[in-house]
Amino acid sequence: MNDDHAAERRQELHGYIIGLVSAILLSAIPFAGVMLGLLSPAALIWVIAVAGLVQVIVHFRFFLHIDLSRSHRDDLQLILFSLLIVVLMVGGTLWVLTNQRHMMG
Amino acid sequence: MRHLLFGNLGYDALPFYSAIATGAASVVVLGALAVLGFVTWIKGWKSLWIDWLTSVDHKRIGIMYVVVSFVMLARAVVEAAVMRSQQAVAYNNPGFIPPEHFAQLFTTHGTIMIFFMAMPFLIGIYNFAMPLQIGARDVSFPAMNSISLGLTSAGAVLMMISLCIGKFSTGGWTGYPPYTELSFSPGVGVDYWIWALTLSSIGNTMTGINFAVTIYKKRAPGMTLFRMPLFAWTALCISILMIFAMPPLTVATLMLAMDRYLGMHFFTNELGGNMMNYINMFWLFGHPEVYILILPAFGVYSETIATFSNKRLYGYTSLVWATISIAVLSFTVWLHHFFTMGQDGNVNAIFGIATMLIAIPTGVKVYDWLLTMVRGRIRISVPMLYACAFMVLFVVGGATGVMLANPGFDYQVHNTLFLVAHFHNMLIPGLLFGMLSAYHYWFPKAFGFRLHEGWGRIIFGCWVGGFILAFMPLYIVGALGMPRRSQEFFEAVYRPYLWVALCGALLVLCALASMVIQLWTSIRDRQSLAVPAGDPWNGRTLEWSIAAPPPEYNFALIPQIDSVDAFHQAKKQHTAWRAPEHYYDIELPSNTPVGFVCCVASGVFGFALTWHVWWAVLLGAGVFFGAIITRSFNRDTFRIIPAAEIRETEERWLLTLRESPAIANDAMFTTANRGLVREPV
Repeated sequence: MNDDHAAERRQELHGYIIGLVSAILLSAIPFAGVMLGLLSPAALIWVIAVAGLVQVIVHFRFFLHIDLSRSHRDDLQLILFSLLIVVLMVGGTLWVLTNQRHMMG
Repeated sequence: MRHLLFGNLGYDALPFYSAIATGAASVVVLGALAVLGFVTWIKGWKSLWIDWLTSVDHKRIGIMYVVVSFVMLARAVVEAAVMRSQQAVAYNNPGFIPPEHFAQLFTTHGTIMIFFMAMPFLIGIYNFAMPLQIGARDVSFPAMNSISLGLTSAGAVLMMISLCIGKFSTGGWTGYPPYTELSFSPGVGVDYWIWALTLSSIGNTMTGINFAVTIYKKRAPGMTLFRMPLFAWTALCISILMIFAMPPLTVATLMLAMDRYLGMHFFTNELGGNMMNYINMFWLFGHPEVYILILPAFGVYSETIATFSNKRLYGYTSLVWATISIAVLSFTVWLHHFFTMGQDGNVNAIFGIATMLIAIPTGVKVYDWLLTMVRGRIRISVPMLYACAFMVLFVVGGATGVMLANPGFDYQVHNTLFLVAHFHNMLIPGLLFGMLSAYHYWFPKAFGFRLHEGWGRIIFGCWVGGFILAFMPLYIVGALGMPRRSQEFFEAVYRPYLWVALCGALLVLCALASMVIQLWTSIRDRQSLAVPAGDPWNGRTLEWSIAAPPPEYNFALIPQIDSVDAFHQAKKQHTAWRAPEHYYDIELPSNTPVGFVCCVASGVFGFALTWHVWWAVLLGAGVFFGAIITRSFNRDTFRIIPAAEIRETEERWLLTLRESPAIANDAMFTTANRGLVREPV
């Protein structure tokens, strides 16, 4: 029982360390990109966007413990639904407002 | 110094500028004094504090929500009748209400009906019935539930205060800028509107979180999502809608507040403001809100039609999927509220088509309800009357909705009374009738006695008749081109229709009076209307399996569920109402004053912001957050009800149950009904 418990804790700690390291790396890459100025602005924006997206997934996976396993299906569904709503709201707003701006311009 | 202490408050804020304003304010003040006097007279202060204001019991919080809603309903209905009277005499005539006052009337009418009548009503009904239906002892966050109630009530109180001190907004319930910006509306009215809305919308967001977590985490063992009653399903869907749809409103009103208080330019005419974004954000909230209002009624009808047809709900799974589809689609159609704002035809067409799509799942529901009634043993109870009226009237309203979904048609009738007729045609049958039938349906569960049946039918007649007379003529005058919100008009052809509409409004006033009489007679005759056994309608879902009124712990033992309508199955197999062999201690959340403190503090905060009394703003905010932080240090938030006490309560009730006569279906509305109905063979 105690051994199981210790093993579980070790595994949990393992997960947190992986999460922390990847989060730091994913933050460092965009900073480095901007500060070293090795990439063209367009490429830089893509790098930052992708790093940000992966960062979100890392947070979900290692800190909020959302994965594809069955017991977390409910949480995952809620996150996907939130994502859908955010896309609808933000995307829709941008679409409608740029369209109006265009019509008035 | 005076400004430091009282902000912009002065004697000129008192409502002595017109007889109507003075009269209305006097009614509010006298009403409040009468309530205080009554509580003192029955020596009820201690009971009010312990049993109600500091209680976190979901049933009591639900009842308090409904009380708030009834008070606000009374005010907003009276306002509607005043507006109808004005329009009935307003042909080539300024009538008795000046334009500015008329504008305040339609603004408060709309704001109250949506935010302080409809929302508290449906949240109250869910609070009462949903945890019982899923076999829970309370919601997941009982203290937060109390704070939500506090915030909504604080908003409602601000609305009432605005009648007595200062003038309310004239910007309509949607408060579109730039009209509501400081340069066009310099008074305190818009500020009242902003803070009343902001407080209540934060409360509603918290309620959404609370309900969703409750449904996900506190269902009885064996009750999978697809074994939940449909009413609980609609609770889940509207909670998710509230979580996602309320924040855009809070953000929009707060941004407008920043424009007004801090000199920002989100929605102003000049310096890059974009008022269209306000309208966009408002309806990002506003359209899901429409479904937050309508889905609860769908849930109620799904319960009452099945119960009073004595039949399992037809097409349960399709009803669930229709509910989910409506909830998701509701986020894709907000633009149809502003077809005429200037985006191109393609954008309008796409949103028009998305709007028409919603008619499909709604149609599925109507057929499912009709087919539930087919070959059922229908008992025409008050809720059933409402359900029947709803199915006819709602289809009419839905059809005009599909008409309006066509941008070409919308260009013709937007901003006319056609639109007003349409949305009243959706919200009165699709919200108010549903809630009134829920009130009649669950009242015996909440208080242990039925509402007077005869008066219930009179109320039904007045509401339905009044609604038809008041709004069907508006379709016609709207199609004839009469603009909404007109204080005066110059077209003789509108007159007869507006007279008919006035008759309808008067009939609705009769309905309101009948509701008071019904409550009075029911309380007077509570002995003969009592249903202590707890199942007066031959119910199908868990809430009917316990005593009426329910004990505070709801279920002595949490039931094990293995099908839809589990309680009905148990009754058929004669396994219902079995006394458990063992009773166990039950842990319940203990009373806390945090909700009441938050109510007062946020009310002071909103009022002080409105009048720029900065010390009181700091005080209100400080007490609000202080109360919540203090509460979080309190670890002793539960109390134990010992098993012996539960055994005593339960055995007493089971004895009553055994002694109650099992009546036949037909005797349900007679005084023979003690809460136990024989299953018809």
